[in-house]
Amino acid sequence: MITFDIGADLFPLIACTLAAICCGLLGNFLVLRKQSLMGDAISHSVLPGLVLAFLVAAEINPSVMFAGAALAGLATVVLIEAVKKVGNVEPGAAMGVVFSIMFALGVLLIEQAAARNIDLDASCVLYGQPESLAWFSAPPSFGDLFAWRTIGEMPRQVMTLLAMTLLSVIFISVFFKELRIAAFDPALATSLGFSATLLHYALMIAVAGATVASFEAVGSILVIAMLVCPAASARLVSDRLLPQILWSVAFAIASGVVGYFAAIAVPAMFDRDAVSIAGSMTVVAGLLFAFTAVASPTQGVLARAFRQRKLARLVALEDLLATIYRRDEQGVGAAPAAQAEVSLQSHRLQSVLRLARKRSLVTGELGSLALTNDGRRVAERLVRKHRLWEDYLVRKAGVAPDHVHESAERLEHFAPAPSDGPEKDPHGKPIP
Amino acid sequence: MIGLSAHLGSFHSHGRTSITDVTDELPTFAEIFETLTFQAGFNTNMVVLGTTLLGLAAGVVGVFALLRKRSLVADAISHATLPGICIAFLAAVVLGHEGRSIPILLTGATLSGIAGVLCIHAIVRCTRLHEDAAIGIVLSVFFGAGVVLLTYIQKNASAGSAGLDHFITGQAATMVTQDAVVMVSIAGVCLLLVVLLFKEFSLVCFNESFARATGWSVSLLDLIMMALVILVTVAGLQAVGLILVVAMLILPPVSARFWTDRLWLLVLLSGLIGASSGYLGSSVSALLPRKPAGAVIVLAAGVLFVISMLGAPARGVLASLVRRLSLNMRIASEHLLEAAYEQEGRPIPGDQIRGLARLRAWPLWTLPLMKLTLNRKGYLASVTAEGWRLTPAGLARGAQVSRNHRLWEQYLVSYADIAPSHVDWSVDQVEHVLTPELVAELEHELRMRGIEVGAS
Repeated sequence: MITFDIGADLFPLIACTLAAICCGLLGNFLVLRKQSLMGDAISHSVLPGLVLAFLVAAEINPSVMFAGAALAGLATVVLIEAVKKVGNVEPGAAMGVVFSIMFALGVLLIEQAAARNIDLDASCVLYGQPESLAWFSAPPSFGDLFAWRTIGEMPRQVMTLLAMTLLSVIFISVFFKELRIAAFDPALATSLGFSATLLHYALMIAVAGATVASFEAVGSILVIAMLVCPAASARLVSDRLLPQILWSVAFAIASGVVGYFAAIAVPAMFDRDAVSIAGSMTVVAGLLFAFTAVASPTQGVLARAFRQRKLARLVALEDLLATIYRRDEQGVGAAPAAQAEVSLQSHRLQSVLRLARKRSLVTGELGSLALTNDGRRVAERLVRKHRLWEDYLVRKAGVAPDHVHESAERLEHFAPAPSDGPEKDPHGKPIP
Repeated sequence: MIGLSAHLGSFHSHGRTSITDVTDELPTFAEIFETLTFQAGFNTNMVVLGTTLLGLAAGVVGVFALLRKRSLVADAISHATLPGICIAFLAAVVLGHEGRSIPILLTGATLSGIAGVLCIHAIVRCTRLHEDAAIGIVLSVFFGAGVVLLTYIQKNASAGSAGLDHFITGQAATMVTQDAVVMVSIAGVCLLLVVLLFKEFSLVCFNESFARATGWSVSLLDLIMMALVILVTVAGLQAVGLILVVAMLILPPVSARFWTDRLWLLVLLSGLIGASSGYLGSSVSALLPRKPAGAVIVLAAGVLFVISMLGAPARGVLASLVRRLSLNMRIASEHLLEAAYEQEGRPIPGDQIRGLARLRAWPLWTLPLMKLTLNRKGYLASVTAEGWRLTPAGLARGAQVSRNHRLWEQYLVSYADIAPSHVDWSVDQVEHVLTPELVAELEHELRMRGIEVGAS
């Protein structure tokens, strides 16, 4: 049972979804550049910036804290690069070094803040408080939402997220070409005259901005999840960058909306209180990823297993036809009786035989198999390809004649035949 | 606003001071001495001993994670323990046990850590995503699930759930002797396994394909390494917390790497650095109010990291800076000697030196350093208004460098088929590093070709 209360649900839902979209968009380039964990590092490292800003301003001043967090995020990016370059440390370890020291500093500073009677809770930075965005003077019906008042009373966090999302969209559309080249071929980017490094920093600044804008409302765990999960899922759906980006936005929105209501509705079914919204969205994003990884029509585990099976069956069928053809050629007479001769397992052989009969390529039973005219044509083509390849490998590639059979056995199913050849293959057999 | 609840004392309470006390009460020397020498009361001793051994084990295990470039897998593992802790708690409550029983919770943490590693493995195996994305997905989704369960427990479960969130940022102060015993025994198991499998681990780290070729199962050894990482992570949950425990696995080995290139020394140093940060961190935390052990341990390790990165003689930043500078100075001063040789021993006027500096793009501040380098080698006789005058030894060295230059040039032209107009620059780099053996060989090669090289 899902109820939607404008006052309690509207702004938290918008904030969470905006955060998801913003991070999901930028995440595409992180995933492609193998830097998915930058979000993890940055969102852990903003903690000391936040607490320091609080200690300096001696009060809860949103803009000072935003500045502090953004500075800490930037410092993280620069420090990671420095440790990587100057210290010659492996990238992953460099990230770990910087963010864990920064986070430890933050935890320590929080304790000092606690001494002033105010507790900045580290776990709240981790999983945020979207509930705090409740709108107490909300209009009772959706129709009343279309008024200037709605914009006027929009919480600051939602405004920030809206601005950050728009900025990300602008950044990506303006630099789309450059980002694409830098993501797939940084060396080409540099040789084309724009610096992939500079673009990397710009992207990192955008990630830091998205992190800081998001964590206040939704916590850093959602940021980390949304920087990776939607983009990773989208990468398994599409091979092209633009569709991938659009898919990632769709996944982000779906995780945001479904996760939001699941956090409230699922526990309610069992008469329990709502659970963490950010956590629930993360779990939904994870489930969406798992579903995509299994069921994606192009890259999914199922689809690939299916394609592989189909291909294996086709290869087995062709091998069977070629075997019968070769035996006919040698005049050994009756076709293969034993499964060992076609090197297929018994149950595979039966299924391949069924397929061959269905396409009317063979007649008769195991032991008296014969090729039909169609079957003979297919087999002939295959054997021709096989022997042409053998000839090519021996003459042009310098492979020893007793080593070419295995390669030709594989090539015959895929590669087109070499255009011409002699009458006989290296083993002295005629080329059909 | 940013989780600003004004609840008091939920984080850390200390025996001697109240949380509202702003001034830090400094401990006396007697207290410091007692804590550092394990005489400060049984509980403090156990915490200090436990974190020291934990640091040792984490440092040792972390070396292999670093060398296999798996440091951040540890981050995913530590985050992945949270749902296991919560499920173990819920299961224990349902079965009528005490929910906050440490062995039960840590068992749950271990199991979900293992599940996390397997998920990373599966994602990398079965999709085209890289390990970084797999780590990010597992880290965030498992942790998100943990947070969902945690909020569920906090809002719905019966009493006794307080303190589950201490696993996130750690709280050594609430540890009891039993917890320290768990830590010590896990650390012991890890160290024992590393000692037993040292040879195999180093083989996998440095030559994976050779290990495979000699019949070792690389994936099995990798799995054992990851099991060790999980064990250390779980052992560190209580004291350091799941976010920071990864630091104990990364910081010591990265720091130790600056000091040495030998594996056994690396393992030893890393263990030592880990142990000392554990020891110092937990001691400071015990002595001062409002210093959570996990953070202080990590910061201690961080200080050791910064010291190592800057000051280590083998691969440290300062050392390599000095090495590079002195090489540059040697090369620059040899160019100067060459110039002097070409002027047949007349002093080189200051104008010409500055011109040379411009030509070679030496900053002007390097000139005094160059003077120093020449002086130390006994190549510089005097600096007068006329210019720099060299000693006979300096002139001889100049002749030698000049000869090296021409030999190599001749070699490139006659052997490597490089156009005579192009050889000068590449020779400039090489002439300074030619060893006497190489020079002799060059002379031989050129004589074989019938090119007259003259006497050295």
